[in-house]
Amino acid sequence: MNARTTSIEAMRQRHPEIFMPAWRRNRVGIVVFIALAALLVYGLADLGFLHPRVIEGLGKLMSVFGMMLPPDPGTLERAVIYLKALGETLAIAFLGTLLGAALAFPLGFLAARNATVGRVVHFLTRRSLDTLRGVDVLVWALIWINVVGLGPFAGVLALMTSDIGSFGKLFSEAIEAADKRPVEGVLSTGGGALHRVRFGILPEMLPVMAGQVLYFIESNTRSASIIGIVGAGGIGMHLAEQIRVLEFQHVAFIIVLVLIAVAAIDWVSTRLRQALIGTKRVAMA
Amino acid sequence: MLAQGYRDAVRAKRTRAALIGIGVVVCIALSTVSAEVDLGKLFANIDKFTSYIGRLFFLENGQPVWTDPVEWYWGLGRWLSLLGETLLIAYVGTALGAVGGILLAFLAASNLSPHPVVRAVTRRYLEFCRTFPNLVFALIFVIAFGLGPLPGVLAIAIHTMGALGKLFFEVIENIDMKPVEGVVASGAAWPTVVRFGAVPQVLSNFVSYTLLRFEVNVREASVMGFVGAGGIGQDLIESIRKFYYSDVSAILLLIIVTVAVIDFVTERIRHRLIDAGTSA
Repeated sequence: MNARTTSIEAMRQRHPEIFMPAWRRNRVGIVVFIALAALLVYGLADLGFLHPRVIEGLGKLMSVFGMMLPPDPGTLERAVIYLKALGETLAIAFLGTLLGAALAFPLGFLAARNATVGRVVHFLTRRSLDTLRGVDVLVWALIWINVVGLGPFAGVLALMTSDIGSFGKLFSEAIEAADKRPVEGVLSTGGGALHRVRFGILPEMLPVMAGQVLYFIESNTRSASIIGIVGAGGIGMHLAEQIRVLEFQHVAFIIVLVLIAVAAIDWVSTRLRQALIGTKRVAMA
Repeated sequence: MLAQGYRDAVRAKRTRAALIGIGVVVCIALSTVSAEVDLGKLFANIDKFTSYIGRLFFLENGQPVWTDPVEWYWGLGRWLSLLGETLLIAYVGTALGAVGGILLAFLAASNLSPHPVVRAVTRRYLEFCRTFPNLVFALIFVIAFGLGPLPGVLAIAIHTMGALGKLFFEVIENIDMKPVEGVVASGAAWPTVVRFGAVPQVLSNFVSYTLLRFEVNVREASVMGFVGAGGIGQDLIESIRKFYYSDVSAILLLIIVTVAVIDFVTERIRHRLIDAGTSA
């Protein structure tokens, strides 16, 4: 009888956790949140955000944006130079991605648990790919400049080197996630290791890999547009130079060019990817 | 009949493959000319590449780096503090970008946006923010704010806002709308609807994406110094330019290890979040 007529007070006493305000239930979350916020405030202070020059800088930034309008390359000759550099950028991205994918292809198999030739090889390949990926593409560009000199070729090699790491990892993951049944089928008919790869794994993998390559061409176009900052060709050299000499109308023109190029490549690669993979299957991770 | 149809199908497929092949070859040829590819030069100088990599592992006095770690890491204190600054740049940039991305994502998601015009404007803005590599923003910000970590943080924050904003609004568009309808039915205003209808559903995904982005941003922050925007990149590019080989390998190793550790830790946290999300 008591249970029926208990007041809210009694309920509160019996099940305190239900009556707790929501925020007190998640103490750990609160502590983590406060710590992160404190770190943010410390970071803002330490990195100079609380300095009066921030206000000044914002003013300058506004005037820089003002100077960018309208985007204008100045003369026709400059426009042609920029367009040529843009073409160079696209070429760097395209070749770098393709070479990277081609070289990563065998490494992907060596790095995949189910297709490798030995545990040591598997481990070493993985670590090498991690290292290639861990070094920034600009550093690779600087290293390749020592080898083939300043120019777009160094950019191609730099993108290639860093893409070998990325593709190797993606390919090996795709291979590991592959359906085992075709491989077993090939094995059951007496196929060797190479047959297993060629007829069991490849047919399934190729569209996935091609999709990843197309996707990377787009993101590499962005990378290729800055690689010129260190002298490895493409439009980045002009971009950095025009920013340094404060020709902001030229800068804006270059930025618009890159925006259009990236959008165009995005459109084309999405189309090709859909044609290749078919819209039904979602192959991209 | 059937065999004929099969042959036709195979032939059509082969023709298409051949066309694609020809297209790719033409593109390769054009790019080769444009990018000044010179295989002769590459093969003639390939020993420079291997010898460069080799020299990274030798000290000034000709000894391999591992024989004298103290000499190799002579600047450890300075590099660690620069590495700390790099991490702080990445953290503050990620945090600011994520906060901006969350706010804009709710304006950009088609199921929660307060108005179609707001949605379109927000989406275009997010696109603009993520199209440009960090370094382009950094170059411009260095002009406005002067050298130092500040332009680096802002550049990372803007790019992160664009990249995360897109991922976030895609998450929001996939939520269950029933809780949202419930809050709307009780007469709540838009901020309340978002807070109690949508946020509880998307929070773990948001945190997961933000952690992933943090790792990317640490890499990005490590090269911000190339354009004078703070962090360890300044020392890295200087030692590359001045051919201090052992310094290059020392700094690169520090960066690689740091990124690997962060990669490992964030992946652990993300897996726990995802597990918690599926069991709840």
